[in-house]
Amino acid sequence: MDLMEKNLELIEVQKLEGHTDRVWNAAWNPVSPILASCSGDNSVRIWEQSSLSRSWSCKTVLEETHTRTVRSCSWSPSGKLLATASFDGTTAIWEDLGDEFECISTLEGHENEVKSVSWNASGSYLATCSRDKSVWIWEVLGGNEYDCASVLNGHTQDVKMVLWHPTLDVLFSCSYDNTIKVWWSEDDDGDYQCVQTLDESTNGHSSTVWAISFNAAGDKMVTCSDDLTLKIWGADISMMHSGEGYAPWTHLCTLSGYHDRTIFSTHWSSDDIIASGAGDDAIGLFVDSKQHDPVNGPSYNLLLKKEKAHEMDINSVQWSPSKESRLLASASDDGMVKIWQLETTP
Amino acid sequence: MNWRITPASSSSIKLLSLPLIELRQSRYFYFSLENLLVVCVRGKRMVSGLINENPTVYERKERRVRTDSTNTDEFSVEPIDQLEIFDILFFDFAIVNIHHIRDIRDPEHPYSLEQLKVLTEDSVEVDDHKSYVRVTFTPTVEHCSMATIIGLSVRVKLMRSLPPRYKIDIRVAPGSHATEAALNKQLNDKERVAAALENPNLVEMVDECLSPSFE
Repeated sequence: MDLMEKNLELIEVQKLEGHTDRVWNAAWNPVSPILASCSGDNSVRIWEQSSLSRSWSCKTVLEETHTRTVRSCSWSPSGKLLATASFDGTTAIWEDLGDEFECISTLEGHENEVKSVSWNASGSYLATCSRDKSVWIWEVLGGNEYDCASVLNGHTQDVKMVLWHPTLDVLFSCSYDNTIKVWWSEDDDGDYQCVQTLDESTNGHSSTVWAISFNAAGDKMVTCSDDLTLKIWGADISMMHSGEGYAPWTHLCTLSGYHDRTIFSTHWSSDDIIASGAGDDAIGLFVDSKQHDPVNGPSYNLLLKKEKAHEMDINSVQWSPSKESRLLASASDDGMVKIWQLETTP
Repeated sequence: MNWRITPASSSSIKLLSLPLIELRQSRYFYFSLENLLVVCVRGKRMVSGLINENPTVYERKERRVRTDSTNTDEFSVEPIDQLEIFDILFFDFAIVNIHHIRDIRDPEHPYSLEQLKVLTEDSVEVDDHKSYVRVTFTPTVEHCSMATIIGLSVRVKLMRSLPPRYKIDIRVAPGSHATEAALNKQLNDKERVAAALENPNLVEMVDECLSPSFE
């Protein structure tokens, strides 16, 4: 099934209104038809899809906890917990009790704004990062207890995002210092070290790196930046799975000329479509060209570009984990969250 | 040379009389206040650490009048052009760049950015069709640490005056500042700007820069 051959369109399914300030991030629950969005209005909104009407509505608003912008949110792999990172320096953990959400824990420690939070594949670790240039790893203990396992220093400027690898306990962080760092604990004893830095000298970005995303297999990642490009990286992770040591990431491809403002977010879908959201108010979709070039490696083509997807900058794009439909959520400075469907037009 | 002398506004005195310890410990102080102009010593004699003791002050231009009066439709939307942005920045903008204070009773000498040639007519590039504006400003001295506040104030002024569809880029004139690249990067990092504008002390300083304290 070659996507490039079809007439595809990104259709707006629904506009979710409610936030009273810019929306920074949207996150799909891994198991249920629930979407979380967080905003500069200091709140988090939980949107649920009705099984009858298939439309989305705001189920609950998590407020009165963070005292400043909530910058990002992330669901645990089980779908029962939601972590929210805020400019107030704290990360809150919320439990879904059915009717409502309860804040069961607050992680403190960062010196200033927390920018991002990520759960590892098994839900046993959380990572957070901040303008204080550090990345913190937290261990999830029983009874709503979270313990700081590690403070990782190395970035020379604000860390914009952290993300655990989808299958291995390897942590990735990207920063205002233009680099992407890879953190790994070789002996599995919880002693994480920076094992690789992807910077300009290794074909890396020339300005702030805003986001990272992995493909389903975990052997490729895409990063996006203020330098107006998206970069694709690859690694031989089978080597890591078999315990042969660290497999370094190498640059495979750079996608440039598609956005003319900072690219704030990128997400790799489970069926291999890369979405990008940028300050030019547009959403870009890219696919592997499937041209096997032994010299230049893989290349990617623009599948479509949705101009004016929002009225202002797009801060986050996220594919739904649901296999049935190609749903994409986007969050913007215009205070809206939009749900899109990628469809073939007749 | 046009001098404008006004009594010191009460809110700026409030800012300057904050105990220095409190300023240093403020976690959210994004820009280093140690470089800010006045060091208070126990409320007695103030020792001023001016960045630029003797700025060159230029004459203020006459306000330009729009001569096209053919469009009498009240509800028509006119494209935003360089002149309009010029008006937004020059005549509504009374930045208090330099406080020359010997003791708390002396008057201030506020100069506008235009008078100090920090902003000139050529500073503004605007394309209304593309909803894009770029403002280039020239700090008075190469190591001016007020550059971040000026840049932030320009951004806030434009954000408050222009339609939300506008993309705003602020930069220092090439070659005009020692840490030009770093300054430009932080002035245009949306997340950093958003976090900085959640700091009430900083917002107060920006509002102070933007309030027309003389007329």
